[in-house]
Amino acid sequence: MLRIALSRLGTAVPSLVGVVIVTFLLTRVLPGDTASYFAGPVASPEAIAQIKAQLGLDQTLPVQFGRYVSDLARGDLGTSLGTGQPVLREIATRLPASAELTLCGLLLAVLVAVPMGILAALRQGSWVDHLCRVLTTAGVSLPVFFTGLLAVYVFYFLLGWAPSPLGRLDAFSSAPPAVTNFYLIDSLLAGDSETFLAALSQLALPALTLALFALAPLARITRASMLAALDSDFIRTARASGLAGRTVVVTYAFRNAMLPVVTTLGMVFSFLLGANVLVEKVFAWPGIGSYAVEALIASDFAPVQGFVLTMAILYIALNLAIDLLYGLIDPRAKAG
Amino acid sequence: MRRRTLLASATALAAPALRPAAAQPAPGRAETLLLVQEYGPNSLDMQGLGSSQPVNGVALNCYDRLVRYKRVPLPGEGNGSTFDITSLEPELAESWQEASDGMSCTFRLREAAFHSGRPVTAKDVKWSLDRAVSIGGFATTQMNAGSMEKPEQFVALDDRTFRVDYIRKDKLTLPNLGVTIPFVFDSELAIRNSGGDPWAKEWLKNNVAGSGAFRVEAFRPGTETIYARNDDWKSGPMPKLRRVIARDIPSPSTRRALIERGDADISYGLPPKDFKDLAEARRVKVVGVPVPNAIWYVALNAATGPFTDVRLRQAVAWALPYEAIMQASLFGRGVPMWGATGGPTTAWPQPFPYSTNVARARELVQQAAPGGLTTSLLFDAGSATVAEPMAVLVKEALAPLGITVELNKIPGANFRGELNKKTAPMAINRFGGWLDWPDYFFFWNYHGNNSIFNIASYQNPAMDKLIDAARFAPDAGSYAEAVKGFIGLAEQDVPMIPIAQPLHDVAMQRSIGGYQFWPSREPDFRFLTKG
Repeated sequence: MLRIALSRLGTAVPSLVGVVIVTFLLTRVLPGDTASYFAGPVASPEAIAQIKAQLGLDQTLPVQFGRYVSDLARGDLGTSLGTGQPVLREIATRLPASAELTLCGLLLAVLVAVPMGILAALRQGSWVDHLCRVLTTAGVSLPVFFTGLLAVYVFYFLLGWAPSPLGRLDAFSSAPPAVTNFYLIDSLLAGDSETFLAALSQLALPALTLALFALAPLARITRASMLAALDSDFIRTARASGLAGRTVVVTYAFRNAMLPVVTTLGMVFSFLLGANVLVEKVFAWPGIGSYAVEALIASDFAPVQGFVLTMAILYIALNLAIDLLYGLIDPRAKAG
Repeated sequence: MRRRTLLASATALAAPALRPAAAQPAPGRAETLLLVQEYGPNSLDMQGLGSSQPVNGVALNCYDRLVRYKRVPLPGEGNGSTFDITSLEPELAESWQEASDGMSCTFRLREAAFHSGRPVTAKDVKWSLDRAVSIGGFATTQMNAGSMEKPEQFVALDDRTFRVDYIRKDKLTLPNLGVTIPFVFDSELAIRNSGGDPWAKEWLKNNVAGSGAFRVEAFRPGTETIYARNDDWKSGPMPKLRRVIARDIPSPSTRRALIERGDADISYGLPPKDFKDLAEARRVKVVGVPVPNAIWYVALNAATGPFTDVRLRQAVAWALPYEAIMQASLFGRGVPMWGATGGPTTAWPQPFPYSTNVARARELVQQAAPGGLTTSLLFDAGSATVAEPMAVLVKEALAPLGITVELNKIPGANFRGELNKKTAPMAINRFGGWLDWPDYFFFWNYHGNNSIFNIASYQNPAMDKLIDAARFAPDAGSYAEAVKGFIGLAEQDVPMIPIAQPLHDVAMQRSIGGYQFWPSREPDFRFLTKG
């Protein structure tokens, strides 16, 4: 397994190099003049030139690139103009916020989608199948900002069940001592059940919103691959041999149907992590998606580059993890 | 073993959290204000390059200036105050005296201390004002607007006496000391931490070194800024609030829900429609102050393109659906700037004599461009809530006249670049000047020096002469004459068509009192009360 991991990591190096070059070039061809935007409306040409020089934007592209790579090698992702803070530090605090939200949303989605997909495949045409269809259609067709706003309106504004959508914690709680920057984990580590509950209640609505969105592809793929597995010869053989229905479904059919589900899970996770900008905006979640979008609108290079690079590394790590997981689920995958 | 270490470290981590807070009781909810805004400061140093609008709030609350403007109550019970820019009150300076030749002003500082405990001295004031005129960018431009251009103008006579020497007589010099730029730093602390930079730019970006009523307890850009009261503040009455939490909530719908549910005390920057709804529902208090010296306008390029012909500019001014724009894009949250009768006065902003009169507009177009024309209208995506419906209404109103308008929505980072090109035939923009004088507005928007705000690239020597005459007018009579003169000229040449003076709206709970409106439009926590 270690050999597989190492060889996979080896193949990832060229893609990382590519990502570094492409993001650098892409941010440079973006329209918009960073320096004059941040210099403000009444800036003199000298002030704009000063900002340009400070950012190194007055240099030629190869020089800028060389500087960027050497900074990168020292672990320096630059400083965001929009927030005035080092990009590395911002990503280090914002990525866990996004990851915590996405993981919780995904967990909820898996808990609902996988059993529902299996049941829908087992009882085609039954009410479970119809429910599955309705939920997946709703999940893909309702945009997340809409479900998010609706959730805020119903559960916070009308019913008052949910706490105020003020981000990761309400204004009067303080964050638990940072260990992992996952508030749920940190508060448990600190033995602070009050903060844990506060963080959990803030998390509930956005996680539900995300879950509804993530549910659709998961439930559909579970149902489809279960149908394919249940149709195959080995299931017929197992049934003919008189194995218990439960064993046939769980041990034989589901295990074989899991590969595409895990692949989809990985894709949905990495997609959600960067793409739940709208959920982050509605719930004032200090996540990485809204950070990157704000930076992009302002032509703020450093955060955009840092974001794309972080995402690329995450994708690579995630794909590696999924590949390794394949080997555990299906021993045949290990050989390939 | 491993598990045990984990448990041990967990309890170690828990310990500080369980320890009771400092000896003084923590401020309760009644003394803590929760403010929600779209985005917060990106720095703590308003003089620094690239500081965002909310940084003005840091300057206001955490730093002191020599003087502040006289507070004037707003109409309506419990609506708080606005200001009178022509009348100054002491802040760090306890008194001041202009020299008999009118070419300098000497300030006597009060006995005040910085957050660090060091007394405030004239040396600190000099360093801070030197910094403002030398640092470049917005700070320097703003200082120059009051004829403060060189460090030599600032003289520390002794520890508590400070003098500003004028390079010319300018009525804006003293008022310009009350804006959020010339605030006073603890120069020793700043220099000590500067790391060799003479103006300590990096350090002051993330640290407050002031003597203001609040210090910054936590600064998390993009999430929140927490302010705690400075109990030793000397430059005004002790603030009632002990702690202020300013949260960044990007979604306006969420900000509205928070204020309506009563969870947030104050909500800034909602779209005009939400303010209108909230004001009508009357559950929360909406205070709208007409922003001094600010106008939403449509600029018509007088230097290139079709609108170099004054008849076409007048045609557009007669064609605009003013009332519809006011209702559909500003939702009534503004002061009309059309339909004036009688000649120009010295008030500013003031309505222009145009109103919707399609027949007159058509006649002018027939004379100037009988075949019709095609043009484009530029607006900022960042202010699209107001500008987009406005642009659509302009397009619709001009179509029947044979003027086809293509809408051009530009993201914030590119908008200024586009304006700087000075080629857009039409543009929608909002200008607001801190210093509330008509000649100040006209200097930026109409003068031949062609600043970025002169979007129309309007050049007229007669206009420049009138503006300059007003800026340095020796007496009230000639001033009034010059002001009426340039407003009359602007009405006739209409390089920009004023639509409305915007209201600056803030929604707050009924229990919140002491609201204070300043030119920078940022919240002043020093006078706010709760309950």
